[in-house]
Amino acid sequence: MLAKRIIPCLDIKDGRTVKGINFENIRDAGDPVELAIRYAQEGADELVFLDITATNEKRRTLAELVTKIAKQINIPFTVGGGINSIEDVTTLLNAGADKISINSAAIKDPELIKKLADQFGSQCIVLAIDTKFENNDWWVYLNGGRVKTELLALNWSKQAVKLGAGEILLTSMNNDGTKSGFAIDITKQISEAVNVPVIASGGAGKMEHFKEVFTAGKADAALAASVFHFDEIKILELKKYLSSKSIPIRL
Amino acid sequence: MTIVILKYNAGNIRSVSFALERIGIEPIITDDPDQIISADKVIFPGVGEASSAMNYLREKKLNEVIRQLKQPVLGICLGMQLMCSSSEEGNTTCLGIFDQKIKLFNKPQLKVPQIGWNTIFDLKTDLFKGIKEQEYQYFVHSYYAELGENTIAKTNYELDYSSALHKNNFYGVQFHPEKSSTAGQTLLENFIKL
Repeated sequence: MLAKRIIPCLDIKDGRTVKGINFENIRDAGDPVELAIRYAQEGADELVFLDITATNEKRRTLAELVTKIAKQINIPFTVGGGINSIEDVTTLLNAGADKISINSAAIKDPELIKKLADQFGSQCIVLAIDTKFENNDWWVYLNGGRVKTELLALNWSKQAVKLGAGEILLTSMNNDGTKSGFAIDITKQISEAVNVPVIASGGAGKMEHFKEVFTAGKADAALAASVFHFDEIKILELKKYLSSKSIPIRL
Repeated sequence: MTIVILKYNAGNIRSVSFALERIGIEPIITDDPDQIISADKVIFPGVGEASSAMNYLREKKLNEVIRQLKQPVLGICLGMQLMCSSSEEGNTTCLGIFDQKIKLFNKPQLKVPQIGWNTIFDLKTDLFKGIKEQEYQYFVHSYYAELGENTIAKTNYELDYSSALHKNNFYGVQFHPEKSSTAGQTLLENFIKL
């Protein structure tokens, strides 16, 4: 049976892992390669690296980091942050990334999803969505949660999957950093509306939250950062707990 | 011992190379027929689309080279699928080493591609030595090989299908041992020892 995935996320700034709360108050959380190795050994199913200061000058540094990671770890990983062209994707996949995630660039030019899927295959194209619940709906934000769009998260997910996105990485800005649980309702809505895996992100604080997002939220994978970085939840303990609750988990 | 990774227009070559380096092997990545034929072991990787990959192999005459290999050959993911008789992906005639046909996962409620860790069972041959029944491996695929005489491992995704195939010196795995943590590493080590 296909297992639910536990995915630690590493936000990268200038080659270091950092963690903010609600997209702000950045703190240093260690060397990404060391952390990646540790997570892989502890049982992480996959890793996500988001370069939060990605600029053109930084792209080369990021590609070098990606190669270091690819050499060292034996589980799949996704790289995202500021990717906006076929050249960016080619560079990162060639450097050793298994998948790339796109966000703002896809909102500005949805055809980019199709171009990337046609060239590299849907399986390596993850669409990241930052969404915020306001005025009774889940709105899509771009530029790392700074700019509101006219798109609704549910509609955007469906459109992106039609264009060729192979996975949806859904971050609730209301929940991110609060440790009060994932956004169950929008995760469930999107997971039921699209036929690709949905990775839930934002709000993990307790092991119960993961159980909730896999059962009530129908997520295929759950992503978290600070609870893992600061050792508040041990990956192995979490996986044993979920397995004891009859959730299919790789142990 | 020389281990060749067959170079063609498909992804994951680098990941396979890194995985071999982690177990102390420096593979040669090449599309040169002589180097391929004289290698001790050949790995045929692959992430991509079946018809364009087959066209590329035919253009470079690598299809004939692969079929005639006598040493142990391991196809990974698309590599394994291309070793089968045909694929529904782009209505492709493949290499015909294994008898299986490649079909699309097409149950309505099923998420496609299957992405993630799934279990393998009914394991046969030394390729799985030291790997336990129901071990998890990492899969990313939309198409699958049917069950048949060549099946040496099965996986379930709404239906049972072949997650590994074997015939004579040819082996194929649908999952990605290069990304499957220690269980995948064991499989690569087993292949090297064949």
